[in-house]
Amino acid sequence: MIKRFITLLLLAGIGAIFASLLFTYVPDSELNRTADYYAGHTASDIGAANIVTAIIVTYRGLDTLGEVTVLFLASSIVGLVLSLGQKQHKTQRNRVAVGELLTTGSRFLAPLIMLLGVYVFVNGHLTPGGGFQGGAIIASGMLLLLLADPLRHFSHTLIATLESFSGLSYVALGVLGLFMAGGFLDNRILPTGTLGELISAGAIPLIYSLIGLKVGAEFSSMLASLSETEDLK
Amino acid sequence: MIYMAMATGFLLILIGFYGALTNRNLLRMIVAFTLANTGVNIVIVAIGYMHGRTAPILDAAVTASAAAARIIDPVPQALVLTAIVIGLGVTALMLAYAYKLYERKGTLDIAQYTDLKW
Repeated sequence: MIKRFITLLLLAGIGAIFASLLFTYVPDSELNRTADYYAGHTASDIGAANIVTAIIVTYRGLDTLGEVTVLFLASSIVGLVLSLGQKQHKTQRNRVAVGELLTTGSRFLAPLIMLLGVYVFVNGHLTPGGGFQGGAIIASGMLLLLLADPLRHFSHTLIATLESFSGLSYVALGVLGLFMAGGFLDNRILPTGTLGELISAGAIPLIYSLIGLKVGAEFSSMLASLSETEDLK
Repeated sequence: MIYMAMATGFLLILIGFYGALTNRNLLRMIVAFTLANTGVNIVIVAIGYMHGRTAPILDAAVTASAAAARIIDPVPQALVLTAIVIGLGVTALMLAYAYKLYERKGTLDIAQYTDLKW
């Protein structure tokens, strides 16, 4: 009883802070200096039509590298924690009947979902989307495959190889920027091309595709680790 | 409109906190945390919104020279994109820990985990 009262008191306090934030909020009428710089310089400097992508991949590219690292750590810790103390001899798991609809539907939908994921990250510099979203879409295709056949086994070696390859290439492209352009992760190691075309914006499509592959592989490895756990009673 | 989105976000954060503080089931707490996470994301995106402007993507309608006067703030969007992905990773991590805890004790009730209590 007293616990619940304290909880409600705490929530009321936080709610009061939020309310004062909400009622005193005045929307900006024009962009702040940082956003104004990005809006004015993206087209001429980076050549990407999507300004959010330009910020993520080039202006704040180092932060994105850090973010991908955080994700890598999360996925490896999930794999490590779940494999610790797991019994060597695999107990035979019962095959669960998943239904005709899901089995047939996943055969049709999974390749299309993967294709959409690739489309989203290849067009990351032109349309709303990019490596993170595309990677998540690819992983959702993997999730559909796992739902249709819970005993399906994904090759961890393949996932690990794909992930290390894309991670290393990402860093290599960044280092290339040090020598051939303005700095680490500069996208102008390739010509920026015409604004709005598929092959434009220098190295951004390349980097974002690598990020997409890496994120997709990381999420897939998390899903595979979680699905390979044994049923607990 | 912008206040509506922001109020929704704040409300989601409060619901998430309430759920995390009152539920004793680990899985329900994880769901509550993802709710709060979503609320934070909505609030940040709402701050970047500006009335009468469009998405920060350059095309025929938004030319590069007029961009600064036509687009909304792209920085919060870039931030939230990052936050969503990290949120997903953190959720997966919490689920893995919850599985391990259940494996050890056979219960998801947080009150049973007294090892670090003093």
